[in-house]
This record gives sequence, C-alpha cells and structure tokens, in this order.
Amino acid sequence: MTDITNFLIAAVLAACPLLLGTLGETLTEKSGNLNLGVEGMMFMGGIAGIAGSFYYERSVAEPVAWISVAIALVCAFLCAAFGAFIYSVITITLRANQNVTGLALTIFGAGFGNFFGEYIGNSTGGYVAVSQITKSGFNDPLFPNLAKIPVIGKLMFSYNFMIYLGIAIAIFMWYFLAYTRKGLNLRAVGEQHGAADAAGINVALYKYIATCVGGGITGLGGLYIVMNSSNGVGGVWVHGCIGGYGWLSVALVIFATWHPARAILCALAFGALSVMRFYFPTSFIPISIYEIFPYLATVIVLVTVSLRKRRANQPPASLGLAYFREER
Amino acid sequence: MNPVNAIELCDITKSFNDVPANNRVCMNVRWGEILSLLGENGSGKTTLMNILAGIYYPDDGTVLINGEEANILSPKDAFDLGIGMIHQHFKLVDNMTAAENIVLGLKEKGRLDRKSISAKVKEISEKYGFNINPERKIYDMSVSEKQTVEIIKVLYRGAKILILDEPTAVLTAQETDKLFTVLKNMRDDGKAVVIITHKLQEVLAVSDRVAVLRKGEYIGTVDTKDATAQMLTEMMVGRKVSLNIDRPTPVNPIPRLVAKGITCFNEEGYKILDNIDFTANGGEILGIAGISGSGQKELLEGIAGLYPVTSESSVLYYPDDTGKATELVGKRPMQIRKLGVALSFVPEDRLGMGLVGNMDLADNMMLRSYLKGKLGFTDRKQPKKLAEDVIDKLNVVTPGVSTPVRKLSGGNVQKVLVGREIAAAPKVLMTAYAVRGLDINTSYTIYSLLNEQKKAGVAVIFVGEDLDVLLELCDKILVLCGGKVSGIVDGRTATKEEIGLMMTGHKEEEKR
Repeated sequence: MTDITNFLIAAVLAACPLLLGTLGETLTEKSGNLNLGVEGMMFMGGIAGIAGSFYYERSVAEPVAWISVAIALVCAFLCAAFGAFIYSVITITLRANQNVTGLALTIFGAGFGNFFGEYIGNSTGGYVAVSQITKSGFNDPLFPNLAKIPVIGKLMFSYNFMIYLGIAIAIFMWYFLAYTRKGLNLRAVGEQHGAADAAGINVALYKYIATCVGGGITGLGGLYIVMNSSNGVGGVWVHGCIGGYGWLSVALVIFATWHPARAILCALAFGALSVMRFYFPTSFIPISIYEIFPYLATVIVLVTVSLRKRRANQPPASLGLAYFREER
Repeated sequence: MNPVNAIELCDITKSFNDVPANNRVCMNVRWGEILSLLGENGSGKTTLMNILAGIYYPDDGTVLINGEEANILSPKDAFDLGIGMIHQHFKLVDNMTAAENIVLGLKEKGRLDRKSISAKVKEISEKYGFNINPERKIYDMSVSEKQTVEIIKVLYRGAKILILDEPTAVLTAQETDKLFTVLKNMRDDGKAVVIITHKLQEVLAVSDRVAVLRKGEYIGTVDTKDATAQMLTEMMVGRKVSLNIDRPTPVNPIPRLVAKGITCFNEEGYKILDNIDFTANGGEILGIAGISGSGQKELLEGIAGLYPVTSESSVLYYPDDTGKATELVGKRPMQIRKLGVALSFVPEDRLGMGLVGNMDLADNMMLRSYLKGKLGFTDRKQPKKLAEDVIDKLNVVTPGVSTPVRKLSGGNVQKVLVGREIAAAPKVLMTAYAVRGLDINTSYTIYSLLNEQKKAGVAVIFVGEDLDVLLELCDKILVLCGGKVSGIVDGRTATKEEIGLMMTGHKEEEKR
C-alpha cells in the first residue's frame, strides 16, 4: 500500500514539469503557432530562475524564502517568454517557417542555459546552487497540516506549491479557452486565421500574447526541473538538465488533444512511466527498458491519435501556417 | 438629412506585384438599393470589395462611407463603419458552432453566454426569414447554411452595408430565390446591398442598378430596368457576344460508355449512389442535373476509378466502333485514363484535385504527360507549348507560363484545367461544374469547346447546376436525386419545371 502511495506521489512530482510544458505549448498551439522550441525555453526558464534566486541570496544577508521563490518564478517566466518572443517576431512578423525557427530556438535555448550555467558557476567559484532556504521554498508541502491525514492527505496535500500551480493553470486555461470571449477568439485565430481576421480579431496580437505567455509557462516547467529535481538534488544547475522533457511536452500536447484539463491526466501518466523503474523493479528485464517507456508511449499515442479522426480532437487547423492578410 | 450614397469610391487603385487589379475606379452605392457588380473573371470586382471590407488597403484613392471619408485599415474598421462582407470562400471556423462564429471577435462584456447569443441569433433569423440552428457546428452544415451563418454574422454586428461575393455560385435555384427574398427585405429595410455575380438573369432579377468593371476599370452604372442581358455583356466584354448556345444535332451516335448498376458507399457506410444506369453516346452531350451533393461527384469519380464502387457495378467502355467493350470497374485510374476516358473534374475548391497551386502552368500541363519523357527525364517542351496554346485559345489572363497557378483568379484556373483535359483528345470527357465561377464570356468559350468535342465524336458528360444551360446545351439530361436516377429526359423537349421537380421529388416524398 505504501509502495503504491509512494509511487503515485513520485509520479505526480515527475509529472509537473511535463504538465507545465504541455500547458504552455497548448496555449501556443491554440494560436496556430507550432513552437518546437519548448526544450530551449525550458532551459532558458531554468537557468534564469535559478540565477535570479542565486544572485538574490548573494546580495542580501538573510534571504527570505518567498521572495527568493518569487524572483525565481518571475525570472524563469520572463526569460522563457523572451525566447518565445524572439520566435514570435521571426514567425509572426517576418513569417518565417515555424518548424525551423522552433528547432533553432531549442538549440539556442540549450546553449543559452548551459553557457550561463557554466559561466555563473565559474565566475562565482564552482557551481550554481541555491541555499536550503530557497530549496525548501520550492519543495516543502504547501499544506503541511492537511498532509498529515493518512493516505488521502499524503496523496492529495503533500506536494509543493508548484504542483498546485500547474493544476491551477490547467483549470484556468481550460476555462479560458472554453468559456471566455478571448478564449474563443484565440481558438479562432488558431483554427482559421483568415476567418478570425475577417471577424475583426487582431490576429498578430493574439498570436504574440499566446506564444509569449505559453513560452513563459513552459519556462516554469524548466524551473521546476532545476529546483525540484526528483532525485533529491534540486536547487543546483546541472549541465543539460532538461534532458528531453521539452520534447515529451510537445508530444503530450497531441496526446492530450490540445485540451488543458486532459493534459493533467496525460502528464500524470507520463510521470508514472518515467518513475516506474524505482518502484516496480523486475529481475528479468534490464532497468533501462523502463526508460524507453515514455518514448514508446509517445509513439503509440501519436499513431492512435492520428488514426482516430474525431473532429473535436484535431489540431488547430492553421497550426504551423503564417498569416498574411493580403495574400492571394 | 442622411446622404443618399452609402459608399462613394474615388480613384481607387490597387496593384498586386505591379499588375493593376483596380485602376482609378470611381463608383457609388446608395442606401436602400441592391447594386450588382458585374465583370469578367479578374476584372477586379472582388479586390474592390475587399478594399471596403478592410482585407486589402488601396494604393491610392479615397473611400467615403455615408458621406464621410473613411480609412479602412482592417476588417474591424469595416465593421465599425457598418460594412459587412460575405466572402466567396466563407470565413468561418469549421469546428465551432454557428453562434460562436457569429460572436467571434466582438468586444461584448462578460463571459460567453451561449444562451443569450442563440436567442439574439434566432431574433435576427426571424426578422429576415432565415432558418438556422445556432448550436450546430459549421462542418455539419451545407454550403447554403454556411452562407446563412455568414449573413447573420454581419447583421449581428449591425452592418448597414452588405457585400456578397458570388453568393449564388454554390446555391440551388430554390436557395437562390430564398436568398434574394432576404436581400430584398434588407433593401426595404434601408440597407445598401452590393452583390457580385456572373449570372445575368440574377442581376436582372434582383438588383436596382448594375455597375460594370472591365479589366480593373470602371465602365459605368446602369439602372436595371433599362438594362438587357445583351447590353450588359457588351459592357463587360467590350464587344458583341452572341448569347445563344449552339446545339448541333448529334451525328450517328453510338454508345461509348454504358453504366449498369453503379452503387457506392461513403466512409460512414451511407449509400451515395444507388443503381445508376445510363448510356453516354459518342457525339452527344449527356447532362447530369441534380441538387449539389446528390452523388454527381461520386459518379464521375467512380467512373474514373477514383472512388470505390461495389463489385456489382459495371461500366462498359467502347473505345472504337467495332462494338468491343472493356470493363472499367476494377481498373486503376491510370489505366482508365490511358484508355481515353478523361475526367476534367472541377472540384469545389478548384485547386483541390485538378491542378497543383504552387506549380506553374507548364508544370501543371505536365501532370498529364510526365511519363512521356525519355530515359527518365521529363519532356518540358510539349507541356510548355500546350500551356501557351491554352493561354492563347482560352484567353487566360496570366503574366506568363511560369506563374504559379494559385496566383491566377478562379476563372482562369478553371480555363487552364479544362484546356488541359481537352488537349488530351479523350474519347469520353467528363466535366463537373465546368463553368462554376466563370464569367459569361468564358462560359460560352467553354460551351463551344465542349461542342467541338461533341462534333469530333467524343461522348461528353456535363455535370451542371444551371438548368437553363443544361437545357440549351445537352442532348440528354440525366437527373439525379439523392443518389438515384430520377429520370433521363431529352434536352430538346424537357422543361425547367419538369427537371426541377425530378431533382427535388425525392426529398418531398421524405417529408410526407
């Protein structure tokens, strides 16, 4: 019983960066922008967040946990959003190919993160690591009292605030897309940008905002990987730490069929797959097989989603296309 | 006192890549009138109206709306001025409901209250006599329903000036009548209505005044009551054009294509075609009439081997006069084509099946002849020459043979497609909606091309939507209704009413 509880908790913890990445990319794709730079934006968010906390801690005598956390969140969001902004300028204003630009952003972001990770570490002696204060700010349970309830409390309330933040963003985004006028407009931009334009919607503005905010949210996912790494060594910049989570997020968007609330379950499933090996070791298959599972699941999901042609589950119709009003 | 003119255009000029689409156009539209905007394909009608709708921005000239100078930078500005345009290719989001499409982009307060939106949509529908379910998704709707949604959309925004770009191109006769009633209601309501169309009968039936454009220039405006079809055509084309379709008597017709029991099902398992029998004779034009979506597309594609038909279906093809027949069902499209059965299918979106939009004219000609080269290399000379011939013979307006087809206007695209199919010298020529969206001059060119083929002994199958044309052009008319043959009539003796009843008869039975 405890094994299963522990497994589920670990799954939730591992799912969080995937959820944030998926939500950010869902918002981006709803505007018709296929930003393949999630991995890069996660790197940018991760390094900017930890650097923010790191310099804050160094500049004050007694760092306060919540200020340090807030600085990390803001830095991570803004830096990743800046990456998305570069992408937006290139694809929306200059109408360049989205796939190429996204891939370039991934390469750029990874280099950006690793370069500053090394640079800041070297110039301050050793490596970039935040103190226990910031680490607990990120990792301590948000509801310590409720968490004491047996089983349920542990399963529901023992998590750090990032988990609840992710779920809150998911629910808010679902509500926004389904029930607000702005959400409706955004979906129209992604579906048929020509129709949206003819209906008087500022297509470029919607694309910019959705892409930048979406990028910022994926950046929070990168921050989570840096601050809350499930191996217990959070709060340190590790070279190449994002390690494919961004790409998994891109696939998860399809798995969740562009639905933010569904993204919670999908991310959880992938989180579970990625931590399975620690909880269900078997003697007859090598442990590295487990590491394949998330990627295998991605492939299966992509195939099934494209086979099952339900109208409501299709990608936004204008996904990947640049819009130019006067084009004939 | 309100100004008389809803719209005044002065010296409007707009060029695309140095090709002028509008050249110093001056015209006006009054409140409380329906104005028809008439012109050949590529004469700049749509461009001019798109300028009013905020899609294009003019290079030069001024626009006055209700007497005041207006600077229309975006569709939103157009809405704010009370201008609503119903585009030829509907600007609707397919997987949203009608109601969602209608309120799209509006700056109304509060959350999306679907109930009150539906109520307001119903109110507008009742006022003008529409019938629409606001909760239906656009992709479930027929073309005429989609058009209704577009019209309600602009009315919901309080449009006082309505622009409709070829609204009747995709409608049946009944739907067109309904639309015209609605437009007249709006005119009587004091709104200004501009309608772009090619069909002269419609122009004469519905409008108060007619403005004519030719090659981007404004020719003039006449009162409809003083206008005749002949005179409007001359204004449009710039010279005299005969408006009679020639129908030579078939010489020695022999069966070319004998279809027996063609049946097919669509992906959902619906029966699309039910036991279709007919004979197409060489030297005759067989018309196919029917409400759009009655199975015309599947019938032609079935014969061409592009749509799966049941194994019981049979299409016998007689390539020569010896009476030897070949079975087409079960053959691959390429084999069928090689036998001399050409399908010049003109799909709803012209660039869908026949041509590749991003390729130039010569390359599109090559789609039919790319196998003819030597040693694995393609022969580019023949297609290029063919492209030049087609441009010459059919007066295709294009900067040259190396222009991508997608840059041509719709009618010119169609000419390229039909021209190529005829050039292949087929024994059986199937065309669907060959003149859809074409102006009158080009339409008549196409009719005479078909007649030439007929005289050369080709069996022509002509799927059409304009009953007047079918009755003037075809020797026999097969009427489809809900995937069944409701009759084959003689084109010389049949009447419009008779065919109209056969087209709809089935549906009325269902209602009872």
